[in-house]
Amino acid sequence: MIQNNPIGRLIAHIILIVGILIVAFPIYYAFIASTQSLQDIMRPPLSLLPGGHFWENYTTALFGGIGRIGGVSVGRLLINSTIMALAIAVGKIIISILSAYAIVFFRFPGRMVFFWLIFITLMLPVEVRILPTYKVMVDLGLIDTYTGLTVPLMASATATLLFRQFFMTIPGELVEAARVDGAGPWRFFKDILLPLSKTNIAALFVILFIYGWTQYLWPLLMTNRNDMTTIVIGLRKMISFADADTEWHLVMVTCILAILPPILVVVLMQRWFVRGLVETEK
Amino acid sequence: MASVELTNVRKVYAGGVEAVKGVDIDIKDGALCVLVGPSGCGKSTLLRMIAGLESITDGTVKIDDKVVNDLGPAERDIAMVFQNYALYPHMKVYDNMAYGLRNRGMPKDQIDKRVREAAATLELAHLLERRPRELSGGQRQRVAMGRAIVRNPKVFLFDEPLSNLDAKLRGQMRVEIKNLQRQLGVTSVYVTHDQLEAMTLADILVVMNAGAVEQIGAPLDIYEKPASTFVASFIGAPPMNLIPVTAGESGLILRDGTRIGAEGLAVSDKDAVIGFRPEDLEVATGTESHIGGLLLDLKVLGVEPVGAESYVYGIIGGERVVVRVAGRSVSQPDDHLRVIIPGEKLHLFGGNGKRI
Repeated sequence: MIQNNPIGRLIAHIILIVGILIVAFPIYYAFIASTQSLQDIMRPPLSLLPGGHFWENYTTALFGGIGRIGGVSVGRLLINSTIMALAIAVGKIIISILSAYAIVFFRFPGRMVFFWLIFITLMLPVEVRILPTYKVMVDLGLIDTYTGLTVPLMASATATLLFRQFFMTIPGELVEAARVDGAGPWRFFKDILLPLSKTNIAALFVILFIYGWTQYLWPLLMTNRNDMTTIVIGLRKMISFADADTEWHLVMVTCILAILPPILVVVLMQRWFVRGLVETEK
Repeated sequence: MASVELTNVRKVYAGGVEAVKGVDIDIKDGALCVLVGPSGCGKSTLLRMIAGLESITDGTVKIDDKVVNDLGPAERDIAMVFQNYALYPHMKVYDNMAYGLRNRGMPKDQIDKRVREAAATLELAHLLERRPRELSGGQRQRVAMGRAIVRNPKVFLFDEPLSNLDAKLRGQMRVEIKNLQRQLGVTSVYVTHDQLEAMTLADILVVMNAGAVEQIGAPLDIYEKPASTFVASFIGAPPMNLIPVTAGESGLILRDGTRIGAEGLAVSDKDAVIGFRPEDLEVATGTESHIGGLLLDLKVLGVEPVGAESYVYGIIGGERVVVRVAGRSVSQPDDHLRVIIPGEKLHLFGGNGKRI
């Protein structure tokens, strides 16, 4: 599909640019709205150029407090979401890399049983086991805590399987060379397996961070207090059915703020794991 | 500096497959022992049992007169060079070589000294900061060797270390390994399926087949007196010619019914095999005596000139044979030659394949 025909290239570029415009315009529009005053937003048509209320709107949202969610600031929601997404991503990676390590490199009784137990959890996503999980969380008094928000989402079969697949591509000779070199299980894990898994960890971190960031159902159930909820839930709560009740300019600010951290993670980590991909070669 | 002693070593896998069937080998201090055999003969398994990477079903492995059956690979004081080098891809050459020493808690300055010494010996000094993927096959091979020698172990184990190199480099590395081993005087066990490598490297050659030792000895002794038809056909290139015969009333009968006089040949087995090396045939001009030897009729199938010598492929008594002729051969396909095998060059094997 690579051709040097200038007309073909022109057409291809036009299609790509149109595509980008279609995808990017709503985001741009939200950004425009977030810089207008509520009155301007409520009086269509909305200008396509940024308004003069950028600082005012963003500082109000980040540090002020928003009436519809009980005076909690968006800054607080951002912190909550970040903690949740980070805890889920890091927790999942730690748990799954350790369990994959055990399953691939050790022979212990019941190894296959454990493997299948992990595998079966693939068929039980949060939504399916939500009632019993919720009951357990209530009994343990974990409603409105970070523990309650993150722990039930950590056990992850997908990440375990992914690491397992990767570990199985590591040549047996490398494992044996490490044994001859006097590396025990822990040293082998730390000195050899972890550095070789860097790319996988980076890729998984991006995916899992976004997974955690966009969680909706579980935080909705687990949090009653407005100051413990996530930005996604907060955003939902800020919108009232009656148009006049909703502070649309702050909603738009929250929208823009809510998409920034995932974009940041993707952009930063992408550089990191593309470099890893180029470097790693077995 | 240590001897390696294997006594009745057996390996039976969980499925009941017997990979190694009672092997006894005695390797003297400083000797280079080569295990050679076709793939699946158990030579690698045996090596891995010496290394401690494979459990020992039965028998004992002694290193330096100490039974090491229950010791892990790191405690046996061995170093191993793997077929695919098994370098740590994320570590620099320096760290690859230093890793084993660091795990043993050696002081930094001592590690540095050892690594630099080994690197100098192997001409790796300018590559210490590179990563394995930036090295050529031969260089990776050297790093793998370097990783073994910095450890200064009692025993070196080589698992087909040259099989991933091209032919020219292989020849070169072979000489280097031999020199290095001599110079360091470390007892070594070397596994290969390449009989040329085996012949040129070995102080003691162990020919294995189907999990058992066929013959142990000095390479040239084995070449000159193979203990069985298997060894005869495995050692030497092109391999020894083997012709099955039946002992008749007045001499030997070949497969195609040809009778040949065999004065002075005592063949007691009814079924036997006569063998001769490709270079041991002489073309008869009619005047030589062939008393004690055999005079045979060879039908030429084709000639392969390889420069310094030529291989004449032909048929004797229904069996394909190869003859090595110095220089160029004037034979043409379908020529008939009278050839003599001198008696002292003749190998005789019984019906069970063992040397008579």
